[in-house]
Amino acid sequence: MPDPTPMVKCLVWDLDNTLWQGTLLEDATVELADAVREVVSTLDSRGILQSISSKNDHDLAMARLEQLGIAEYFVLPRISWGPKSEAVRAIADQLRFAHTAMAFIDDQPAERAEVSFHLPEVRCYSAEQVLSLVDLPEFSPATVTVDSRRRRQMYQASFQREAEQARFTGPDEEFLRSLNLEMRIGRAGDEELSRVEELTLRTSQMNATGVHYSDAALRGLLADPGHEVLVTTLSDRFGPHGAVGVLLLAVQPEVWHLKLLATSCRVVSFGAGAVLLNWLTDQASRAGAHLVADFRRTDRNRMMEVAYRFAGYTDQSCPCVAALPPAEAEDVQRLHLVPTARPAPTTMRLVAPDLAADHALARPGPVR
Amino acid sequence: MTIEQTAASAVTAETVASTVLGFLVERTRTTPEVDQDLFASGVVSSMFAMELIVHLEKSFGVSIVGGDLKLDNFRSVRSMTALVLRLRGDSAPAADG
Repeated sequence: MPDPTPMVKCLVWDLDNTLWQGTLLEDATVELADAVREVVSTLDSRGILQSISSKNDHDLAMARLEQLGIAEYFVLPRISWGPKSEAVRAIADQLRFAHTAMAFIDDQPAERAEVSFHLPEVRCYSAEQVLSLVDLPEFSPATVTVDSRRRRQMYQASFQREAEQARFTGPDEEFLRSLNLEMRIGRAGDEELSRVEELTLRTSQMNATGVHYSDAALRGLLADPGHEVLVTTLSDRFGPHGAVGVLLLAVQPEVWHLKLLATSCRVVSFGAGAVLLNWLTDQASRAGAHLVADFRRTDRNRMMEVAYRFAGYTDQSCPCVAALPPAEAEDVQRLHLVPTARPAPTTMRLVAPDLAADHALARPGPVR
Repeated sequence: MTIEQTAASAVTAETVASTVLGFLVERTRTTPEVDQDLFASGVVSSMFAMELIVHLEKSFGVSIVGGDLKLDNFRSVRSMTALVLRLRGDSAPAADG
């Protein structure tokens, strides 16, 4: 499905005569127009990251950004005398963004040409366009959620986290425990739904079915007593990771059918997917139901299959699988697990609803 | 697991075990015993599992798919060694071209 306007995920600003009026080395009191400040804060609130590539004295420029009260808006600023294409490339690499998701704004045609020559996929804008950026479709995401509004802080926290991990010399599990991770699994409400949609759109590596559930489809399932739509958030001592996982479950007395499981690739190394599957296994075990998970292999989601298989799911046939409605696509595999009780995770605190109890109550027959 | 199966190639239980061990030492900064349960904590990061699988596949020219991806095959250095030797026994002619 061709997307006519891929969203810009990071805009890289030039400073002199683009972000601020004048040349810093000639005039130490360069000023920032209120309208430009407004553009910066608007883009930030839409979840678009902003960075800097400026040929300038690093310390002087950073000090001026601080004085103007906008330094915090910029991640990974690159202020040096090197080529700007190298700066933009380095910023994209560190953010793990494709060049198609990067944009560059500079008053100098030669600088834009240099960036375009080396990075033809990066979209370039002239300084005259600063005030109209917020009206362009590529800077206007369809959904803005609490997570997009916090995206910049989440990236800044993750840079701190990575720096800390690089310094840490013990086993991974000890590092994870040092983070004070807390996972919350909760039933989705209105606010969470848009975060879920954003997550399934942004997540390809860890989407088990490769099926995109729209806001409307999920909203419909929220009202359905036979379905659970659960959203997972994660936080640690550096701050929130936001919504990192979504789980769509069709619940019947004998079988819990996992129709969608997507987790953010940002938190895979924390074992978030494994913790989530482990929790679900324990809950289903207590409810006395089998688990069946839909899985459709794509060229990017092998890690998801590994997560299922390591959690104990197999290809083994079971009457409970045959009783399910047919899959929507032919290439969907149904992986099966007879759940057993599982211990709580050792690397994070987990706060989650008691699905087993809620669904056991709805079951016919004796309930303890 | 018998060594005879892979006698034709240079890959033996010892070379597989030492490669696996080398990866684990580098990646986890601890040195496990060959029978030590690496996943005793019960929860494994899928990222780590994936790295382990890709490392075994690249090092030994095998492909680990479907039911072979179960946790028990990766639980210890010994079980991973057995898995690699079995897969090489099945597919060594094709893998060696």
